Amino acid sequence: MVLKVANITKAFGGLTALDDVSLGVDAGSITGIIGPNGAGKTTLFNIITGLYTQTSGEVYMENKKISFFAPEALAALGLVRTFQNVELFGQMTVLENVMVGSHTKSSSGFLSCAFKFPRQIKEEKLIREKSMRWLEFTDLDEHAEMRADNLPFGKSRLLEISRAMALEPRVILMDEPAAGLNSRETLQLAKLIRRIKELGITVVLVEHDMDLVMDICETIVVLNLGKKLTQGTPREIQENPAVISAYLGVS
Amino acid sequence: MDNLYQYLLSGLSNGAIYALIGFGFAIIHNATGIINFAQGEFVMLGGMLALFFLVFCGFPLSPSIILSILIATVVGIIFERLAIRPLKNAKPIRLIIITIGASIFIRGAAMLIWGKDTHALPAFSGNDPLYIAGATIMPQHLWIFAVTILVIFSSRLFFNHTIIGKAMRACAYNAQAASLVGIDVRIMVMLSFSISAAIGSLAGIIIAPLTMTSYDVGIMLGLKGFCAVIIGGMSSGLGTVMGGLLLGLLEALGAGFISAGYKDAIAFIILLLILFFRPEGLFGKKETERV
Amino acid sequence: MTKEKRQIFVFLIFALALLTIPFLLRESYLLNVLVFIGIHTMLAVALNLLLGYAGQISLGHAAFFGIGAYMSGILTARFALDPWLVIILAAVSAAAIAFIIGFPILKLKGHYLAMATLGFGIIFYIIFNETVGWTGGPSGLSGIPNLQIGGIIFDNDMCNYYLVWIITIAVMLLSINLSQSRIGRALRAVHDSEVAARVMGINAWVLKVQIFTISAFISAIAGSLYAHTMTFISPASFGFNFSVELVTMVVVGGLGSIYGSFLGAAILTVLPEFLRVFEDFDIIIYGLMLILITMFMPGGLISGFQLLAQKVNLKTKGK
Ligand SMILES: Nc1ncnc2c1ncn2[C@@H]1O[C@H](COP(=O)(O)OP(=O)(O)OP(=O)(O)O)[C@@H](O)[C@H]1O
Ligand SMILES: [Mg+2]
Repeated sequence: MVLKVANITKAFGGLTALDDVSLGVDAGSITGIIGPNGAGKTTLFNIITGLYTQTSGEVYMENKKISFFAPEALAALGLVRTFQNVELFGQMTVLENVMVGSHTKSSSGFLSCAFKFPRQIKEEKLIREKSMRWLEFTDLDEHAEMRADNLPFGKSRLLEISRAMALEPRVILMDEPAAGLNSRETLQLAKLIRRIKELGITVVLVEHDMDLVMDICETIVVLNLGKKLTQGTPREIQENPAVISAYLGVS
Repeated sequence: MDNLYQYLLSGLSNGAIYALIGFGFAIIHNATGIINFAQGEFVMLGGMLALFFLVFCGFPLSPSIILSILIATVVGIIFERLAIRPLKNAKPIRLIIITIGASIFIRGAAMLIWGKDTHALPAFSGNDPLYIAGATIMPQHLWIFAVTILVIFSSRLFFNHTIIGKAMRACAYNAQAASLVGIDVRIMVMLSFSISAAIGSLAGIIIAPLTMTSYDVGIMLGLKGFCAVIIGGMSSGLGTVMGGLLLGLLEALGAGFISAGYKDAIAFIILLLILFFRPEGLFGKKETERV
Repeated sequence: MTKEKRQIFVFLIFALALLTIPFLLRESYLLNVLVFIGIHTMLAVALNLLLGYAGQISLGHAAFFGIGAYMSGILTARFALDPWLVIILAAVSAAAIAFIIGFPILKLKGHYLAMATLGFGIIFYIIFNETVGWTGGPSGLSGIPNLQIGGIIFDNDMCNYYLVWIITIAVMLLSINLSQSRIGRALRAVHDSEVAARVMGINAWVLKVQIFTISAFISAIAGSLYAHTMTFISPASFGFNFSVELVTMVVVGGLGSIYGSFLGAAILTVLPEFLRVFEDFDIIIYGLMLILITMFMPGGLISGFQLLAQKVNLKTKGK
């Protein structure tokens, strides 16, 4: 199990956004997390990636306890994510966005950058080439020099994925990558996610697009009102009456 | 002992002023998320305008005060309309720079209009000390305490018991939801600027007889008001009053017993310590920033 | 020409132009103004690394300028230490102060950071004023020696010009290099989205402290040079107004542009010289510039130049 969440509870003042949630993610799998709005999906991602601190509970990655690790420390361990409300570096070019993704994979310090030591020049060239390849991976290479702000919405979701891939992660968490995409783009996204899996990377996906989730996920976890409702294969989830009633708003 | 009493008294009255200035910060911050750097300039405008009407134009006290507050309020509204509203969704750094720009612009304008001299505003009820229960107190101190208490109670009433006040609180809590139920958020923001300019200028008017006034008093007073509201956890309530009084007292005692030259440094060291160790204030509670 | 070659070309022209100016322009008064432009450019570049690249405001940068100036002034005028050694000592001390204060201060964001740095700046201003025994207090510190190397004494405008500008050009070059490296990208990433930057493995807090420290280091060097060229310093040069003036230089010139910092520094240094008659107008003009540029030209004046250059470039290509 590459990622394990154990008994996570998160309270915002009086509101319990997550209540004793546990789940495990198998290495190399695509795991979906679904649930109605406000179920606590993004909050769970925020806790796993160290942006929020949980009220109680633990997170493990490859049996190493990573509760309360800072996001930057988790990135160094190969845990990365994308955001529901796309968080690009808007004033930088598309290529530069991906180059930032190589930050943990490069090491030139202040002096070597300011004085342009030969090693730094070499490293910079390498970063640029690798980043171009990640742009090609998502078909964004022709937009390399465009300001990220100016990308159409669908492409900006792809750029977030290329940037995350540049980190050469072991686990990638995607928060609603299909939101705002048209059906053609969603199909391409499905292919892309499968290719990411083929690279041996574990994918965890929060998504409202049921067709996509049922299509690509091996395991699905259902959250409702902060509680884990159930976990199973797409078939099991589709037939589970509790899931159906949660989505229809009956309790 | 006598000295101590004097220090306490001046500490409390300065503290009350800091609290009033702090209210101004809180009202705008809660409505817009902005810390208005120009808050101190409203305080300066209050003092300078009152001086202008009272001393140069020779108007009686009450019309001078009312006119000064009115003009400062109008300045607040213009400021919001011209500089803040057009940048509604800008990055914080731009908003900070704009409010800094506005603050030095107002200060520069005041200097051009009224010059660089420092002036004393005549005390509202003369300078004869009153003897109450064996202690002496200047009438101006009483004015300050009375006005502060009045402002606290009326803002309580306003925010808790009037429709407009409740609407402003709704905006502060969630602007989007407020606009969905039909509250005009833009008007509420403008209102927050005008109320905060009015309270700020009032503070500037009542303190001017004790501390003198000039075009550049706004920076220090603004910072100290900010210090008060930070201690109070950005509330426009009792926390900030406590913060102001605490700051005023520490400052007065420090100036009296340690060194007058470092009086202002004391306030800023307290400010830094609070920001470093309890940014949510002594009387505020922590929130999780949304991602 | 590739983009990179063009950049080197532009920089060489820029540096050469600055280094030949004294041959064309022998008037001492103008050279003197140019010396100040150099010192201000250094300060603006230093602040720009923090404000324009990392997106973190400092309203107390005059303090680091002052620390450099006073350490150089006091240690050379009162204790006759070697001035060159003291410059390094002063820069390292300012950097150390920035490093220590940077950790708590740069935890703060936005307006809170502005207030904290402002408070920090004012505390130092008060210290410069109150420690009369060392600094001379409000009436200032005089008798600071000029720098000298071998037989050359930097006591005339020509010498000072080269002293200041060689260092300034070096600072600019290093800053440009830095801004285009992985560190520069990390800084801009923190500016655009701190959360995303952290998720990408950038330790935003430490990075901000590092750039704050470097910025203080450069500012202190500018302060030392200022003390030695002026030979007299007083607290008034290191107060809140000067901190605001520095922010104005960076914003007017262009946030996140090193040449912009030069432009902003030049404009804000020359303006008061032309506007001598309206001395009292400076504050209101700075305020107006900050507001107008922020509202209508967020890229600063340099972005206007760049647009122009692009147009010219397109036209020549079209031929
Ligand atoms: N920083 C915060 N402070 C207070 N409450 C929060 C915060 N972040 C999230 N919440 C609350 O926690 C609950 C869960 O929110 P979350 O964003 O995790 O839902 P979600 O499952 O991602 O929903 P959606 O599908 O709409 O994205 C919501 O009620 C939300 O308002
Ligand atoms: Mg969500």
